[in-house]
Amino acid sequence: MNATYMTGSYSVFDITGPIMVGPSSSHTAGAARLGKIARILAHNSVKKVTFQLFGSFAQTYKGHGTDKALLAGILGLNPWDLGLRDAFSLAEKQNVEYIFEPVTKPTQQGWENYHPNTVRFLITSENGEVFDIVGCSLGGGKVRIISLNGILVNFTGESPILVTRHYDGPGIIAAITSILYQDKVNIGNMRVDRKRHSTTADMYLELDSDVTERVVEEIQKIPGMLNVILLQRINEDQSLNNIE
Amino acid sequence: MAEFWMSEIIKECARQRISLAEYIIRGECENSGSTREQVIEKMGKMLDVMSSAANGGLEAPIRSNSGLTGGAAYQYHQYIGQGSSLLGTVMSSAVEMALSCSEVNAAMGRIVACPTAGSCGIVPAAVLSVGVSHQKSREDMVMALFVATGVGMVIGEHATLAGADGGCQAECGAAASMAAAAVVNLMGGSDEQALHGAAIALKNMLGLVCDPVCGLVEIPCIKRNAIGASTALVSADMALAGVQSYIPFDEVVTAMYAIGKQLPAELRETGRGGLAVTKTGLAMYETLFGTPMSL
Repeated sequence: MNATYMTGSYSVFDITGPIMVGPSSSHTAGAARLGKIARILAHNSVKKVTFQLFGSFAQTYKGHGTDKALLAGILGLNPWDLGLRDAFSLAEKQNVEYIFEPVTKPTQQGWENYHPNTVRFLITSENGEVFDIVGCSLGGGKVRIISLNGILVNFTGESPILVTRHYDGPGIIAAITSILYQDKVNIGNMRVDRKRHSTTADMYLELDSDVTERVVEEIQKIPGMLNVILLQRINEDQSLNNIE
Repeated sequence: MAEFWMSEIIKECARQRISLAEYIIRGECENSGSTREQVIEKMGKMLDVMSSAANGGLEAPIRSNSGLTGGAAYQYHQYIGQGSSLLGTVMSSAVEMALSCSEVNAAMGRIVACPTAGSCGIVPAAVLSVGVSHQKSREDMVMALFVATGVGMVIGEHATLAGADGGCQAECGAAASMAAAAVVNLMGGSDEQALHGAAIALKNMLGLVCDPVCGLVEIPCIKRNAIGASTALVSADMALAGVQSYIPFDEVVTAMYAIGKQLPAELRETGRGGLAVTKTGLAMYETLFGTPMSL
């Protein structure tokens, strides 16, 4: 019989780890990780960014270096990069404009109610594309992206996510799942959302294994498909090896 | 399958004839799909970063990001160097290393959260002060970290590791408990002794509130790390002598969680109670943020 081991809900490196720049796993490391993910979602191109800060982020961001961490993440730095400290001068060097906007009044979308540590990134890319990304820092450096360009998502970086927007009609979902099936990709979680009086639907798929850009291209070709976004799993272990 | 309590894990270790460290390593392999070598190598990386942080504040004074604190690790290091310390080599070096880790953290330096950033000095200080003074191998120190991690996993599972949920006992308390178990293991004690050490340390930290001045991980966190490390060493020393905790580790964890639930929100990391609202704490708040705290 194979031995199995109890592990509970924490992994070893949730407890001893992460390696991070201080002072706070939620307000610094998590903030940097959110910035990094936002940058990836904006196709690694950020010309201008507004950080709207909610809850505890709005109150204590300066003392915890949350501002430096968010900006460093947006510039592509990892939560353990010592460059976090010099994020402001780094942004100047890279010609990235930034504004911090602590939000203390209730917003129409109610972002302040999702989690005490919430940030909204309004990003303009080099070619003028606009991204609206909302994320929460959950503690221990763990994060979750909860909204991408107005679509509610649940992306932690631990498994790949596919978000589609398409005309609402029969057969489209079957077409998407059959393309995934051909690549033997299992769907762990699925949500379809249609706004009332809308002709389009949003679909959100959490996948059990990585998919290639080719799959995205195939899905893009489905008649009636408007937009496909693939959020690849984020593997930080490899870049951790570069710490001297 | 049995629940993830230490009493169950220890039974399972006996049945499989493996150590607690080995059990935790195998569980991680099974869970993450990594090989044993990869898991051990990654823990080695943690030890390296811990060691840098434990020494980073000793040779020159460092200031925190907020400017509120700094220089204690350097000051204490100088004092030890003059031969003035009342404590022995192990204890005094644990104190300076814990101060260093916590000051490095507050200065936006690189640390290992263990289990949290606010309590990042305790496990490294205990393991490295004992490891270095007793010339333990890197491998031994890495194994001790797996024992510490197992203790932390059980505390996280059945109680909490967040000051916002359980106060400082959940962060520095958990860290001291983890560190005590690690030191017992490092000195060749049994897994049962390690758990007695863990229980004794956590018992001493029960009820400790989280009341940071200005809501920042500095006052009183930095010095609590130093004293948390000393709690770990004293507890480990008793356990190595064969002294047992009358209350088993798992039950101490349950008590810690219950106490955390009984703490008012003001004393759970909100910066709105205890030291944070002393006359000096409030004055620091006003200086730092340019406006008085609205209570």
